[in-house]
Amino acid sequence: MFVARSIAADHKDLIHDVSYDFHGRRMATCSSDQSIKVWDKGGNGEWSCTASWKTHSGSVWRVTWAHPEFGQVLASCSFDRTAIVWEEIVGESNDKQRGQSHWIKRTTLVDSRTSVTDVKFAPKHMGLMLTTCSADGVVRIYEAPDVMNLSQWSLQHEISSKLSCSCISWNPSSSRAHAPMIAVGSDDSNVTYGGKVQIYEYNEVTRKYAKAETLMTVTDAVHDIAFAPNLGRSFHVLAIATKDVRIFKLVPLRKDGSSSAPTKFEVQVLAQFDSHNSQVWRVSWNITSTLLASSGDDGCVRLWKANYMDNWKCTGILKGDGSPVSGQPGALSGVLGSATAQSALNGLNELLLLRHKCRFSPHGKLSSKPIPLSCCKSFSELLSLFSFHPTTGQKK
Amino acid sequence: TTEKNKYVSILLAIELIWNLCEVLFIDAAPAGSLLLHLLDWVRLHKSDVDARAREVLQSDSPAHHQSYWDVVISLVLQGRVDEARQVLSKQASLRAESSSVFKRMDVLLHTMPIFNPTGTQTLTEFDVKWRHWHEECDRCLQDNTFASNRHLETICKILVGDEDTILEQKELLSTWYHFLVTRLLFTHPTIKPPDLHYYAQVHTTSPILLSLRYCYTELKLVKNKYYLLFYFNSDKFIYLFIYFFLRVFFHLLAVDYFDHCPEFGRVYLELQIERVPLDTERKAIKVLRICEDRQMSEQVRSICKIMAKRALRNNRLGSALSWSIRAKDAAFATLISERFLQDYCNKGSFTDLDLLDNLGPAMLLSDRLTFLGKYREFHRLYGENRFSEAAKLLLSLMTAKIAPRSLWMTLLTDALPLLEQKEVIFSVDQTYELMSCLEELNSGTKDSSQTDQDEDIESTKTELLRLALARNLAMAIVKEGTIET
Repeated sequence: MFVARSIAADHKDLIHDVSYDFHGRRMATCSSDQSIKVWDKGGNGEWSCTASWKTHSGSVWRVTWAHPEFGQVLASCSFDRTAIVWEEIVGESNDKQRGQSHWIKRTTLVDSRTSVTDVKFAPKHMGLMLTTCSADGVVRIYEAPDVMNLSQWSLQHEISSKLSCSCISWNPSSSRAHAPMIAVGSDDSNVTYGGKVQIYEYNEVTRKYAKAETLMTVTDAVHDIAFAPNLGRSFHVLAIATKDVRIFKLVPLRKDGSSSAPTKFEVQVLAQFDSHNSQVWRVSWNITSTLLASSGDDGCVRLWKANYMDNWKCTGILKGDGSPVSGQPGALSGVLGSATAQSALNGLNELLLLRHKCRFSPHGKLSSKPIPLSCCKSFSELLSLFSFHPTTGQKK
Repeated sequence: TTEKNKYVSILLAIELIWNLCEVLFIDAAPAGSLLLHLLDWVRLHKSDVDARAREVLQSDSPAHHQSYWDVVISLVLQGRVDEARQVLSKQASLRAESSSVFKRMDVLLHTMPIFNPTGTQTLTEFDVKWRHWHEECDRCLQDNTFASNRHLETICKILVGDEDTILEQKELLSTWYHFLVTRLLFTHPTIKPPDLHYYAQVHTTSPILLSLRYCYTELKLVKNKYYLLFYFNSDKFIYLFIYFFLRVFFHLLAVDYFDHCPEFGRVYLELQIERVPLDTERKAIKVLRICEDRQMSEQVRSICKIMAKRALRNNRLGSALSWSIRAKDAAFATLISERFLQDYCNKGSFTDLDLLDNLGPAMLLSDRLTFLGKYREFHRLYGENRFSEAAKLLLSLMTAKIAPRSLWMTLLTDALPLLEQKEVIFSVDQTYELMSCLEELNSGTKDSSQTDQDEDIESTKTELLRLALARNLAMAIVKEGTIET
């Protein structure tokens, strides 16, 4: 019940990251060709490239969107040791007609002395904050005090995590019961330091980030990490892409009053899957944290879902070229069969932020990438539900 | 169990509507076969006819069974002419004297053309044939062929598609769509989907939507259990059901569904609703209403902020301001007000007058917004020649410290035309106040970023103002000192 569509990306080299905006109508890709491309989904469901420009002087590792409350803003990070913030400006009318838009550089963050491996915006309730992590293990948290002025950012925190960092993820929870929390993954080959995932928490008293937990059982290189949406729960769920797919549950243990010590957690392993049988490169949650997608070197995307007893299992497998794995007819129908509206509507966002590090053809074609999976016909069609005409109920 | 029955009947109703939608929208039927599909669909959902027919035929004396004619007519209404003939033949064998009449009807029913989409006959050929037959039926009526038997007369009238007669059979038809299909069968058997819509329009509103709406209202009454629908067994049915039903009624159904989810419904809705792409203002407003109804204040604020920001990016200040007001975002409202004022300074006029003139209590959201609203009011009063009111307002903007210092010079300059009127507008006291404002402005530290040219302009303005104020003061003193005789 899905159809994959491939998009010829025209990047001149490997594509390292793809990122959807908040509403799933725009997409940014970044590449070793040092450029970023922005794609917009048209009314007819077709993706078209509306901007393409050179951004760094080295491979661009990651690209990410800010919350639309802050405008149309992107951040990218690169091997060239910088992270850059971009803003889209409304162009001339003939540009609009040609379907092109312009992005201008607002600020370059040059504090890192090594390759910047990930860049992420913090949850919007924290203001306009940007986080980077570098190959030398330093995590930096910046803030733009005036959200209208994207050229002014101040470095608020520098965290030395001692291990070469590869990825970061903010806990999206905006609950007052949870202090700001960030997970940092490492691909360091050093075996002395056991755990390759560290959790840092902001402390109101010390006004600093301190390490709250290290996941000691994760000893292999971590490629991606993602907190699940919180849903007002007291505990946190974290997915990790390493030599396998892992899902952890972090249960905060009671803290006495306002202490200056970080929260202690009880760490449980909810799931561990080596079905990819190879390195897992990306993990991504859907909006309601009911579905996890993972991609691996086996060229497949796998979807994971838990039943009411917290038993996780695979509910779908898609090959990189979008075809279902044989023997699994309509692999996704299981998802839709028990579809609650929310699960179906999540469809598009389920497969967001997903890419697997396939051996791409030298043309950097997106055809072997799961981004086309956003075009799972069922999902995107369902998502197009949102484009109903308010009065007549006919699709716009 | 009554609840369960109701629930089941609603499910059936939905399945029925679903099948109709399937026929109309999904199955790309070749020309001429739409009606056949519709007939199939009607037959599928009106299966009580078969039961009754069986009952009649299995009885001792079918022709005398009380439901006999109902069965015959029902079969004709469904276009099942051969079966109708079969049942009719029971009657014919009884009455020899009226057998010719029954034979006549038998011939009419037997010769009724039914389009075969897989056959070699073209639609045009079929149409010709059908018209001939239709005329034949009509002739029978004109000749009073069936006058001796009112039932046969009724059947003949149905065959010519007489609307009143078909309507009279509403007990047997039981639904509007059956009526529609029957009427089409005997008036326009070659109908195509777009035409169908037109015919359906005869009932003034799209009956499909009406029916869905009916189902929806009925569903609401089946307390909290209707979401079980989604766990109905057929995958395809569910997928397509969701596809269509939600398409039309997303804002009613899916949202309600979330409302009924016991544990995570609200959270799921919160998470989902903020991801709805806000393509148009209209859509944003619709989404907002859903949030406002449920007191999802954070989502309301967020959506409004997103819209405000987008409007600002596209230089639609009026829209940006409305959205910030709706978001209750004082900081953003201040920013946009500043932009309005900047625009005014540059162009000499305000944009979005409608909005500014009707801010109402929203004006109080931010100081700058209040000033903007009041300043615009000043201009309006001036434009309406209500000079003394305008003057009073202008003065209060400065004395009540609503106006930012940076704009005082602009305001004082705005006062000039009022000062230079032949009539005295500012009173003595007011003039003194203006003078003190001017002095306060000048006593402040010089703006080091001002160029020499700017300084010159400033001092010239100040001179002009001082002169005008002095003149006004003189005139005002005289005026107030004069006793009216």
